[in-house]
Amino acid sequence: MSKQQAIRKTSDERVFDAIVYAIAAVIIIIVLYPLLFIVSASFSDPAKVLNGEVWLLPKGVSLEAYTNILQNDKIWTGYRNTIVYTVVGTLINIIMTILAAYPLSRPDLPGRGAIMVLITLTMFLGGGLIPTYLLVKDLGMVNTMWALIVPGAIATYNLIVMRTYFQTSIPWELQEAAHMDGCSNWRLLFSVILPLSKPILAVMVLFYAVGHWNSYFSALIYIRDEALHPLQLVLREILMISQSAAVEGGSVGLEDQILLAESIKFAVIIVSTLPVLIMYPFVQRHFVKGVMIGSIKG
Amino acid sequence: MKSAQEGAAALSHIQPKRGSSLLRNIAKRYDLYLMLLLPIAWYLIFHYGPLYGLQIAFKNFNPAKGIIGSPWEGFGHFERFFNSYYFWRLLWNTVSINLFSLLIAFPVPIMLALLVNEIRSKTFSKWLQNITYIPHFISVVVIVGILNVFLSPTGPINMLIETFGGTSIRFLEVAGWFKTIFISSNIWQNMGWQSIIYIAALSGVNPQLYEAAKMDGASRLRRIWHVSLPGIAPVIVILLILDIGHFMNVGFEKILLMQNNLNLESSDVISTFVYTTGILKGEYSYTAAIGLFNSVINLILLLMVNRFARKTSETSLW
Repeated sequence: MSKQQAIRKTSDERVFDAIVYAIAAVIIIIVLYPLLFIVSASFSDPAKVLNGEVWLLPKGVSLEAYTNILQNDKIWTGYRNTIVYTVVGTLINIIMTILAAYPLSRPDLPGRGAIMVLITLTMFLGGGLIPTYLLVKDLGMVNTMWALIVPGAIATYNLIVMRTYFQTSIPWELQEAAHMDGCSNWRLLFSVILPLSKPILAVMVLFYAVGHWNSYFSALIYIRDEALHPLQLVLREILMISQSAAVEGGSVGLEDQILLAESIKFAVIIVSTLPVLIMYPFVQRHFVKGVMIGSIKG
Repeated sequence: MKSAQEGAAALSHIQPKRGSSLLRNIAKRYDLYLMLLLPIAWYLIFHYGPLYGLQIAFKNFNPAKGIIGSPWEGFGHFERFFNSYYFWRLLWNTVSINLFSLLIAFPVPIMLALLVNEIRSKTFSKWLQNITYIPHFISVVVIVGILNVFLSPTGPINMLIETFGGTSIRFLEVAGWFKTIFISSNIWQNMGWQSIIYIAALSGVNPQLYEAAKMDGASRLRRIWHVSLPGIAPVIVILLILDIGHFMNVGFEKILLMQNNLNLESSDVISTFVYTTGILKGEYSYTAAIGLFNSVINLILLLMVNRFARKTSETSLW
């Protein structure tokens, strides 16, 4: 009796496991297929892609799309601008976030509670798009890179994550001992706290950098000068042009542009996404920790 | 956390607890305030500054006269919005896209986390996680570009439909398809990333609970239902509240990219309207009022849900 039951149970378990793995496999295919398709299409003959001949593997392998991109000035300018915005922006993000997170992590800071309330409130209250736009405009940042960097200098969520990390992962005794030895707060920050915070710093750099790399909307609002356009705006032009032309009935002049856009579409997706994906494996193992810390209340 | 509190207690033991000691405390930690100076100034300017600027919703903003100098208008802009013919369309699109997202997209990461938790091979589960994270790091511009490619008349989806004898559909130009495409591509992009937090919470569930349930003869499904789900319930509640707190702010950067004249009927939401009418056409006061209306609804929803959660489940944001 009991043996029979045990056998039934294990076969039940096996069925359950099989279903679990099957679902997981389907999910992996659904997530990966579009990505693999884009990669294959970027290496294929554009005509074959347009005819729907490419399913998974490249057909009529050609590097034409990539060589086309290399000759496109707009993409180069976009690339250069985005790199500048990402590097400067992330640097400012990290400095500002540390400057806020460290003092607020100190239990002995008078007025800490009030400042935290002031900061946390901004997650739920805001002036919205128009007042923010007018403010940035009044500050004279329109059409400069600062409009893309300064208004987003701190992400409140990241600030709370970092503060929580300082509080929970760095023993307070260590800070106290340093204080006893006459260590100033600045020195404490640079020679004790930050060296112990590398995992969270890595995650923050990734989050902020990816944010800058991928953002298009602030540039859409604030940047008029084409020479200052970031990569995503250039991309938007290339990727959306055939779409809108198809919808609104393309004129003759657009025809060439559409063909060009069609042929470099896939390659441009790859080229613009690559840097993020290269960065990804280096910090990927810290994700769970970073996100978990963020979920802790207080 | 604990050691930090003990530390604070130890310090306050050293310092006399008197009114004047506050000033001394502040003076003693002047360098901490020095660090805070820039971030606090930044918060005041870039978060509280726009709140101050919101008053233009009740004024007729004139750039030449500035925020203060512009004449008062009262609730005129709000009335104009409520009476305009697109009001119901904007409200319905904003609410329905969010509501459907909440109903359909919110549970998916939870199910994915439960699935990951049931996979016994550590390597395979890591692979599954890392692969599902990837789309989160792709920009919306690229995502919409991929959608255009996939859903175009010659894209893989339509090829598949035609192989099975159907006729191809111009997905992105049919209003009826907009919400389905928007929400399902959101799920595709974010389910893996959003599941991290649930996976982390699941790893904190006491393994003895699973053992006990197993002893009692609970099947795997029952163990998920009676052990795993209750284990992550507080996290689910918190994230649900946070989501509802942003209820009216659909991912409008993506909607803006997906929008065209043919699907406007179901893609026009409050935030895209604020952008096109406010920024592009310069109707600042009018759209600031619309934005304010949006935020107020958000805030009311957040307060209501938080209160409800606190009463029923003892889990809440505050």
